[in-house]
Amino acid sequence: MVDLAAQAPLAGRERRTGVFWAYARSNVYVLFAAAVVAMFVLSAAFAPLVAPYPPLQQDMTSFMSPPLFEGHLLGTDSFGRDLLSRTIYGARYALAIGFGAVLIGACGGLVVGMAAGLSGGTTEWALMRFIDALLALPSLIMAIAFISILGQGVDKVILAVGVALIGPFSRTVRADVLQVKAQAFVEAAGLMGVKRLAIVWRHILPNVIFPLAVQATIRVSYAVLVSSGLSFLGIGVAPPTPDWGLMIAEGRSFVSFAPWIAGVPGTALAILLIALSVVGDGVRERFDPKLRKPG
Amino acid sequence: MLWRATGKILQTLMVLQIVSVVSFTLLKLAPGDPIQIMLGTEYSPEAYASLVKQLGLDRPVVEQYVRWLGNFVIGDWGVSYVSKAPIFQFAFVEALPVTLTLAASALGLAILVGVPLGVLSATRKGSSWDNITAVFTLAGTSFPSFYLGILLIWLFGVKLGLFPTMGFVPPWQDFWGGVAHMTLPAVTLSIYFLAMIVRMTRANLVEALEQPYIAAARARGEPQWRVVWVHGLRNILMPLVTIIGLQLGALLQGAVLTETVFSLPGVGQMITNAVLNREYGIVQAGVMITACLFITTNLLVDLAYPYLDPRLRPR
Repeated sequence: MVDLAAQAPLAGRERRTGVFWAYARSNVYVLFAAAVVAMFVLSAAFAPLVAPYPPLQQDMTSFMSPPLFEGHLLGTDSFGRDLLSRTIYGARYALAIGFGAVLIGACGGLVVGMAAGLSGGTTEWALMRFIDALLALPSLIMAIAFISILGQGVDKVILAVGVALIGPFSRTVRADVLQVKAQAFVEAAGLMGVKRLAIVWRHILPNVIFPLAVQATIRVSYAVLVSSGLSFLGIGVAPPTPDWGLMIAEGRSFVSFAPWIAGVPGTALAILLIALSVVGDGVRERFDPKLRKPG
Repeated sequence: MLWRATGKILQTLMVLQIVSVVSFTLLKLAPGDPIQIMLGTEYSPEAYASLVKQLGLDRPVVEQYVRWLGNFVIGDWGVSYVSKAPIFQFAFVEALPVTLTLAASALGLAILVGVPLGVLSATRKGSSWDNITAVFTLAGTSFPSFYLGILLIWLFGVKLGLFPTMGFVPPWQDFWGGVAHMTLPAVTLSIYFLAMIVRMTRANLVEALEQPYIAAARARGEPQWRVVWVHGLRNILMPLVTIIGLQLGALLQGAVLTETVFSLPGVGQMITNAVLNREYGIVQAGVMITACLFITTNLLVDLAYPYLDPRLRPR
């Protein structure tokens, strides 16, 4: 894709700062995207300070006013609420749900994947078939199924999307476990009489955690997309929460005469997703040895 | 060959069976008593008991599962509490064709446009055209489809008035009406795949064009178009078909969102409404339909490999 990233120099004996600047020069896009993500994180964290209005405050004098009109920089929605403020607060929900869901998915995937990779025999076979079944459903559909049992709400969306991500995570963890298990140092530790649990804890786990963290970075944007999709469908986060998916869904009804109601949160979501995936690609190209080929 | 195919098919059936267990458990875990929902607010204990017996809910869970699966296979999917209509009719006969039409149009569009764009990018590697395409594929794979749909409605429906923005017209009844109604949804859904296919075509073709058989074809004096479109493309069919199979899940979940944006009465809208109405039977039907579609397509992709790449054929 961004071919510049592939030319990142190998980390040599240079000083740390030197390595950083060399990386920065050849990965301008990745750094720029990281800065964009950082901006979203900061404005989410300090939303009460950044946002000009509280997210639920209605301005009874201006409903659906266009951007740059009557003190509302990006306009108001059909309830007279300031869109810029709601979008800034919405970043909190998008990021909290995205990171929370990925955390659940990665932890669940770590447990299931480790169990499958280490057990072997019938247990492994049964776990793999279970993972196959989890992978047979697209994440959004599975999250919808869980939501139908759990009900709506921010915590429930995190849980539903998180559980839906367990399948893909556990598959990669298992593959990594199998790879590490076959390495000479693991065999040596076993021959030296190191206890099985100690081998798993000290030799296998550290070698599995790092690729898992790389995977997790890549999947944050996907989790944000799926969760905002759930809210867009009207079955995720409940109104009047300033969630982007909900705001876009509301704006859909007014698209013919007030396109900014969907446009403001939609653009924020699109920018965040693109930035997150550029960062994810950058992280993968930097740290995934399988992708470190020229071209 | 036959043996391998049989193995694959058995494995697929097994995964489907596990999915059916998961989806049955889902129905059991769902909050609320289905009998109470069916009977409404006023009912006698006798009516309750007789309905429990009639539905077999007093039997052991395993027996209930087997009976449910048996009924599912023969198309007896129960009745909707809200509309009182049979779910099979509603889900399979009415909703599924809408989703399939949408998914097939989007996929067709993505392949027809994506492969040539990818080829152009690969043969002009490093040119400004290649760079523009790279930016487009990056944006295309991460842009939220439901927002894209709204943007298209605003631009082509509201501003330019070129296309209808809502509803479904079956193309097999009114072809041009169907095409008009399907254009914006299909474009919306296809962008992600288009970007994905461009990316895959470019990456694989760049690699394929460095292979010895390409040099051999050039040495024979074959024209550039034949080298690229025949020898090159033939050899990237496999990764291309694989990625399309793997991304089918994304196609189905994108269809759910696209259907809601454009008010298409497909499987996605059916599931969403069912969740809002707490109709777990329909949610379950939707889950099973999606899983069947996804797994079957991947089976077909798997079985197609030996036809796509002669090197994989058993000697």
